[in-house]
Amino acid sequence: MTAVTMPQTLGKANFRTCPVTALKVDVAAERLIIANAVAAVVFLAIGGLGALLISLTRWQAIHLLPADWFYRLVTAHGFDMLVAWIVFFEIAGLYFGSTILLNARQVLPKVAWFAFALMAAGAVLTNVIVLMGLADVMFTAYVPLKAHPLFYLGIILFAVGALVAVILFFGNLVTAKREGRYTGSMPLMTYGLMTAAILAVYTLISGALAYVPAFLWSLGLIPEVDPGIYRNLFWSFGHPAQQINLAAMVSVWYALAAMTVGATPLNEKFSRLAFVLYILFINLGSAHHLLTDPGPSFAWKATNTSYAMYLAVLGSLIHAFSIPGAIEVAQRRKGFTRGAFEWLRKGPWREPGFSSLVLSMVLFGWVGGVTGVVIGTEQINMLAHNTLRIPGHFHATVVSGTTLAFMGLTYYLIPLIFRREVKLKKWASWQPYVFGIGMLLVSIGMIGAGLQGAPRRHWDITFTNSPLAASLPGATQITLAIMGVGAVIAIVGGIMYVSVVLISILTGKRTEPSRLTLVMAQANPLVEDAIPNQNKEVHGKLTPRGTIILTFSFLGFLMAYYLFNWWLLGRAWFIR
Amino acid sequence: MLAPERIWWKPLHRYEKSWLIVAFVFCVFLTVMMPLWYFTGRQNVPVETYRVTPEQFMQLTEDFTKKYQVSDINGAPVVAPPPNSDVFMVGRRWQWYPIVQLQKGQVYRLHLSSLDLQHGFSLQPNNLNLQVLPGYDYVATIVPTQAGEYSVICNEFCQIGHHLMTGRIIVTE
Repeated sequence: MTAVTMPQTLGKANFRTCPVTALKVDVAAERLIIANAVAAVVFLAIGGLGALLISLTRWQAIHLLPADWFYRLVTAHGFDMLVAWIVFFEIAGLYFGSTILLNARQVLPKVAWFAFALMAAGAVLTNVIVLMGLADVMFTAYVPLKAHPLFYLGIILFAVGALVAVILFFGNLVTAKREGRYTGSMPLMTYGLMTAAILAVYTLISGALAYVPAFLWSLGLIPEVDPGIYRNLFWSFGHPAQQINLAAMVSVWYALAAMTVGATPLNEKFSRLAFVLYILFINLGSAHHLLTDPGPSFAWKATNTSYAMYLAVLGSLIHAFSIPGAIEVAQRRKGFTRGAFEWLRKGPWREPGFSSLVLSMVLFGWVGGVTGVVIGTEQINMLAHNTLRIPGHFHATVVSGTTLAFMGLTYYLIPLIFRREVKLKKWASWQPYVFGIGMLLVSIGMIGAGLQGAPRRHWDITFTNSPLAASLPGATQITLAIMGVGAVIAIVGGIMYVSVVLISILTGKRTEPSRLTLVMAQANPLVEDAIPNQNKEVHGKLTPRGTIILTFSFLGFLMAYYLFNWWLLGRAWFIR
Repeated sequence: MLAPERIWWKPLHRYEKSWLIVAFVFCVFLTVMMPLWYFTGRQNVPVETYRVTPEQFMQLTEDFTKKYQVSDINGAPVVAPPPNSDVFMVGRRWQWYPIVQLQKGQVYRLHLSSLDLQHGFSLQPNNLNLQVLPGYDYVATIVPTQAGEYSVICNEFCQIGHHLMTGRIIVTE
């Protein structure tokens, strides 16, 4: 054991060899991954506290917070979750994919620490300003709503730090290739992370174009910022930022599938094509937020909202087949070949990496993806714009999808990267289910309330103190209660996650990992399962028949919900 | 997860090919639905937009209110314009002004703008939602298809009184 863990010098960096995967781990990269991942979890905990308080406020029967603190915490929750938690975790992922997976070193670790410091300072600054009540403007900060200049500055600092980290990621890739650290092609996970990084570059540039003028305007240096143009620039940042999450999450899906059942991509070309479609088309989706705005024409809105021709959706549909397909083939290789679904029934359901992968895919696709395609339809958006259907959609994608996948991955980073024994393993086994079910209820509750017209970011949908009474259907109260119950369950899941992570890294035994999985008896599916045994190859038995049934049912469900919404629209007033 | 061999450009499996084709056809269908509805559907997102200053728009709204006011509710004027006319409704902290009375089945040109922040025009329970920006006169040509009292609420955050911001459209037979 001691021989393999001794740091080895290779080039300028200090390497150790991972005893499980035999990958060379640059110690500098490892420390950076740890710092970014810990920062991510800290902001997840802060944002999660906000989530609890605001959902208990929107649950009309409880109505916990006063209005000013409600709006304040919605602002903080949006920033901490959508920006701080996710981006810190993604930066950790980028360093992981560009160094450890490639046996490569981290370039310019000092600059990487500088990037980390910028991001941390920016995130703290923004939080402090928001919690002081100087920026009750929501995460979107739509002009002419004005925040304290330091609010914008905090976000700008964070974005600059993230941009530096992304550039270092590309530096790592180039260096790894030039120094010949790996043979063959770039692994699919790194390829997906590269997709995320490419998206991140133009996302962050758009963010600068939106926030820098707003910052100067808040200082009084420029007289005004046009609200329509600000919206366009902001969403060229805000929406693609979620597409970075998408690409990173899909990469994590491939990784979890490999780590838990030894799945290898069915066809690298197929999966990589999907990532290329993301790079080319997905940023057009920024228009989703401008569909009912004054200004743009029908042609502009329809072209952009459909990603040219739903080509980014096509990318996601490819992954929707290729990842479950890869899992199915890997399971069938183990002998689970009976019927269409034995491979699924006999999956390692107690392994948190597997359950979080499956739940993340199902909730992301069947709830998040379906609602996203529907509300992103130009005309149907009139029924959904700024209602709770929007947060209902993105809580299914960013929380049930991305966050759950990242949570699942974290459990494996604790032994491999932090080199600590995982504590509370039972909690880790149950956590994806608790969190997933909670978030499913949150999304369904929100979508149900939104279908009845309930607005997002709204303190009191009973309009009790309005000079002119207004009302929403009574069933809105029920759907909001479903959301509230779901939020409480999801918060329990979140607490379980944070507890497992913090207790493991603070009190877990310092140890070298001896196997990849947490619960399963198997030592290393990456090695044991991933190499197909040529003698056992029985054609027909190994084809992903179950997956094709699943994907076609998915398409049927999407079609039904899509047509239902056209029917709903057809009942509205005539409008042109 | 580990590096594959250098040449990964392999032909697709039968299932992959058929799924790709089906998915692509589905994407084409989704794309075609929007222009199809644009030319044949009766609910489309308004496009007509003009530049306007908040002062100009308030003046237009005041003139409109004076011309067609019929009564008031809690001090807020109720305005009943004739069919085929221009109707003005302004969003401001924290009210949609004025209350408008329309006739079922008639055509109106509804002008929307804001005097201060961004607002969200949200007609309930019909659930039609439009973004309203200061500096933009957004014109929706509408036909109310059912009679009744409709609430207009605000669904774009506009500071502390956001949840108090309401308005009303009354549709008579």
